[in-house]
Amino acid sequence: MSSAYYISSSCVISDRVIYRNGLPVFSGEESPLPDLLISAYRHFGYQYLKFFKMDNLGKLGWLAAEILLSGGFDKNRYRPEEVGLVLSNAHASLDTDTRYYETVKDIPSPALFVYTLPNIVIGEISIRHGFKGENAFFVSESFDAGFIEHYVTRLVNNDILQACICGWVDVLGDRYKAALFLVEKEKRENSVTFTAKNLNNLYALQNG
Amino acid sequence: MSDLKSQIIAQLNLQDVKPEDIGDDQPLFVEGLGLDSIDALELIVLLQQQYQIKLSNSDEGPNVFRTVRTMAEYIKAHQAQNS
Repeated sequence: MSSAYYISSSCVISDRVIYRNGLPVFSGEESPLPDLLISAYRHFGYQYLKFFKMDNLGKLGWLAAEILLSGGFDKNRYRPEEVGLVLSNAHASLDTDTRYYETVKDIPSPALFVYTLPNIVIGEISIRHGFKGENAFFVSESFDAGFIEHYVTRLVNNDILQACICGWVDVLGDRYKAALFLVEKEKRENSVTFTAKNLNNLYALQNG
Repeated sequence: MSDLKSQIIAQLNLQDVKPEDIGDDQPLFVEGLGLDSIDALELIVLLQQQYQIKLSNSDEGPNVFRTVRTMAEYIKAHQAQNS
């Protein structure tokens, strides 16, 4: 399927470094993922109390989306229903599922229970930015750029979406990676064509 | 009440909030501290874990969890009842 759409911006978080459009914008000390995410949150000066309540997958995806959209994305160009999210990962919500399972032995934690689905991260990003468009979360062994290109292109071709945040957000213990892409119909400064090849190139930028 | 505020902060993972940031009579939900329904469940867990109090009547919830002071009064009353 040929694409006439564009990747307006990208954000990759991997191996303690955050990249925006291929350039490092934050580098953390060697530390566990939760500390790294909070350190980055504070570095960028975000003010969003709910961030601290999110699980690691939620924090990682939320932070990646925040940085992805920080460079000139104007959500007023679109109606809330025209902006959607298509995310994927390998471990669904397993990182939080196991933590929740541990609490079941005592008193189950409601705050952990609400994160025992991977698509909750889509909800967190949507609530933050007011997006109400189509969304989906897929689980696959590895990042499938061809599938993401195909699925998102169909959504945009059929006017279900005008803009889409898509990509990969995965956490399991100390292993993590986020790679989010903003896809729009219009070409913007520094945008690249929305193809599987370009998705893979941006995803593997630092081979994390 | 300072201990209770610290317990609330720890239970709800409010990392950017200090005990002194929470007023004794400040509403905990919506316009006050901005807590939500999941937080309400976590506060019920807090009462159970820290004070061995099981909220027997769910209708009591809105009054018990209105402010830190109402929570503290509920805990005191419960402890007096059981001493």
